[in-house]
Amino acid sequence: MSIYLNKDSKIIVQGMTGGMGAKHTTLMVESGADIVGGVNARKAGTTVELGGKELPVFGSVAEAMKETGADVSVAFVPPAFTKDACIEAIDAEIPLLVVITEGVPVQDTASVVAYLEGKSTRMIGPNCPGIITPEESLAGITPHTIAGKGPVGLVSKSGTLTYQMMYELRDFGFTTAIGIGGDPIVGTTHIDALEAFENDPDTKAIVMIGEIGGDAEERAAAYIKDHVTKPVVGYVAGFTAPEGKTMGHAGAIVSGSSGTAQAKKEALEAAGVKVGKTPSETAALMREILQGM
Amino acid sequence: MEYQAKELFAKYGVAGALGKTVTTPEDARAAAEEIGGVVVVKAQAKAGGRGKAGGVKVAKTPEEAEEAARAILELEIKGLPVNRVLVVPGASIEEEYYFSFLLDRSNRSYLCIASVEGGVEIEEVAKTNPDAVKKIPIDAGTGVDEAKAIAIVDEAGFPAELRDQAIQMVQQLWTVFVEEDATLVEVNPLARLTGDKLEALDGKVSLDENAEFRHPEHASFEIRDEEDPLEAKAKDKGLNYVKLDGAVGIIGNGAGLVMSTLDVVAYAGEKHGGVKPANFLDIGGGANAQVMADGLDVILNDEQVKSVFVNVFGGITACDEVANGIKGALEILGDAATKPLVVRLDGNNVDAGRAILDELNHPLVTQVDTMDGAADKAAELANA
Repeated sequence: MSIYLNKDSKIIVQGMTGGMGAKHTTLMVESGADIVGGVNARKAGTTVELGGKELPVFGSVAEAMKETGADVSVAFVPPAFTKDACIEAIDAEIPLLVVITEGVPVQDTASVVAYLEGKSTRMIGPNCPGIITPEESLAGITPHTIAGKGPVGLVSKSGTLTYQMMYELRDFGFTTAIGIGGDPIVGTTHIDALEAFENDPDTKAIVMIGEIGGDAEERAAAYIKDHVTKPVVGYVAGFTAPEGKTMGHAGAIVSGSSGTAQAKKEALEAAGVKVGKTPSETAALMREILQGM
Repeated sequence: MEYQAKELFAKYGVAGALGKTVTTPEDARAAAEEIGGVVVVKAQAKAGGRGKAGGVKVAKTPEEAEEAARAILELEIKGLPVNRVLVVPGASIEEEYYFSFLLDRSNRSYLCIASVEGGVEIEEVAKTNPDAVKKIPIDAGTGVDEAKAIAIVDEAGFPAELRDQAIQMVQQLWTVFVEEDATLVEVNPLARLTGDKLEALDGKVSLDENAEFRHPEHASFEIRDEEDPLEAKAKDKGLNYVKLDGAVGIIGNGAGLVMSTLDVVAYAGEKHGGVKPANFLDIGGGANAQVMADGLDVILNDEQVKSVFVNVFGGITACDEVANGIKGALEILGDAATKPLVVRLDGNNVDAGRAILDELNHPLVTQVDTMDGAADKAAELANA
């Protein structure tokens, strides 16, 4: 088992013919994911060969879904067109939409999140590495070679810290690793992923990686206290970040006292989550838990 | 800064005197003459607390305005020089209010914050009398139309004689928020002047950098003469760099990993004389030789830096490409590279990457296999 994505997932790529899209579609095909086509209105009816697979290009998400039975879309479209691409996918009622694009205006994301209300689509991202269920499927840019299948569920705001943590725990492996993205507003939250991992019988323990800014980790801590029975280990990046300065991710900004790494660590610890000071220490905490099972 | 926020307000018809922004005492005098009567001379600074620092002065005559500007332009506010003052007509304030629109991360939407009690001291009011500070959620799908503006004004409790002006201003400020792709539009104080006039006396607007492609004109808001010179240099090269105060230069890939690296170095520093990270620098996924050279160039020009920690996890990027990047960067920099480099490579093609650096056998480069170990080594070298 896994969350959101498995070996039966059929994936289309919005923006497959662009540079990033083509590169990562190739890597997804090579990982063994079932990529069934792409969407580009101007190239509809043509095919593209990527990763040794002949992939049809469709005029719309709805058409691609009808022709291929796709239930996942990964979007690599440029920031200026991301909002429209999301709305198209949501209108087509795609079950899972993974938005990799970095640099989407936050008001566009806010509109899309408001539009998602009451719709059947789950959106992950934007500005995220996507989701991987090792040895089954990959919808995003996470390298499929880092770690295999295993009992750990991973949810993270940061891409490279996702990779780092998968690498640290590669001898145990993962049910699913999901990068939710570091923007101030994202489609799938820490809480959504925690809930899904709690309900996934194969996930035995959960690693949650947070970053300074906002109060998502504090909210997740409250959720864990009341709803999560599986062991959770946490890590928060940004203890030494100065106030008021943006550190790369649009979301990772500290202003005032709330949103600091210290506040997040304390909230998580109060909910019974063991929090590591470094990624390695966090991995060691998880290792202890898994070895004790 | 205030004068820039006011320019944006004026663009959408928000009531409030624009005033004149000047850089010399003589121009302040001329501005005061042109405006006539009592004026207020206000320091233009990014940092808050200018009032307490003596950065706001009332002047009854043009001569006083010149004198006030001269004093203010010599100030430093929170370590930054004051290069500009804004001269505005003196206003007879009867009451001060607070108003803002901002991004609400918690609810993944927007929020309006309004208070008719106290303007400038809003944070104090929020602590002592939280009920007086209204927080009104805004649906990102429907935004603020006239009906919502009316609801906001009534909930905030604006006086009846100001109601119509307030409803109009709320809609104008919402237009500023949406049209300019802002993450914050704040009016503080929003003031009731003699004659029941509602005016935005001071304001702040934060703009979304991700939306710059829709707003090429926003580039003109950048104030380059007050930037840190290393940050300015990094920006010219398209690097994501933030200057900090420590001695260990940091280069890494991915914002999360770099932030984590800063933390790990700070912990390691506790054992090595309290050394701290010198900067944040995210070179992103590519990490080719030129980007690595540009990054090293900025960091090595930081006089506080004693050692450099290059921390890369090869995800999509292969470690051998990164190692070649470091090798190429050292060739490009030549004798300009003078400080020890601690390199930790892990992930995709790590063996090939480490082999390239082993073979290079550069006297300045030390390889350490783990992130914690490398941070310790870099901190030790910075403390030597």
